[in-house]
Amino acid sequence: MSVRLQQAPFDPGAETNAFLAASAGAGAAVTFTGLVRSRPDDPVSTLTLESYPELAEAQIGKAIAEAVVRFGLIKASVIHRHGRLAVGEPIVQVMTLAPHRQAAFDGASFLMDYLKTDAPFWKKEATPEGERWVEAKTEDDDARAKWNK
Amino acid sequence: MKIRYFAWLRERLNRGEEEVTPPAEVITVGDLIQWLRDRDEAADLAMQKPSLIKAALDTEIVPHSTPIGNAKVIALFPPMPGG
Repeated sequence: MSVRLQQAPFDPGAETNAFLAASAGAGAAVTFTGLVRSRPDDPVSTLTLESYPELAEAQIGKAIAEAVVRFGLIKASVIHRHGRLAVGEPIVQVMTLAPHRQAAFDGASFLMDYLKTDAPFWKKEATPEGERWVEAKTEDDDARAKWNK
Repeated sequence: MKIRYFAWLRERLNRGEEEVTPPAEVITVGDLIQWLRDRDEAADLAMQKPSLIKAALDTEIVPHSTPIGNAKVIALFPPMPGG
């Protein structure tokens, strides 16, 4: 189990390989990578992620512990960046390992839904019109709520 | 106790943290927010919609009804749009 918060970029492929290398005997691994987005009709030049690292580590650690128990994961890791990021750069990587694929998929999906609503990161986008804070979306709350059933 | 502010709340208050000593009648997180608003016009304006302010006592995110207790650090921040 691990949580890593960092300003520096990470290499999603290398992280995946390292995760898999320590996964002897498991049947299924899922990795999800979130990237800085920019749309043609709403261009973003950079994204600045503000974080509360002490709270983020505690919150994500709890979510991983819950995911492991709930889905029977063998292990799970989350890497999350903060600071200034360029379009296309990886922001977050979630990796889960389980005996079977459904548990690995569900565990990764649960962790991402959790990160979108309960992890203390705030996004500020730089656009041609200036900087703006990204507001929390209610569909993320809905995605998170489905795991409460 | 120390209060930490994040994101647009930090920007609107023009400070990332401050030491405060609230009076004994400030019991809950909600009481603290109201007390901060009463003593500071910028805080009053920034936190006029309490539903847009989330709170953490040390490393636990809590509702406004939670007693502050012996928390060392109280963080106030907007809802998180996530990673």
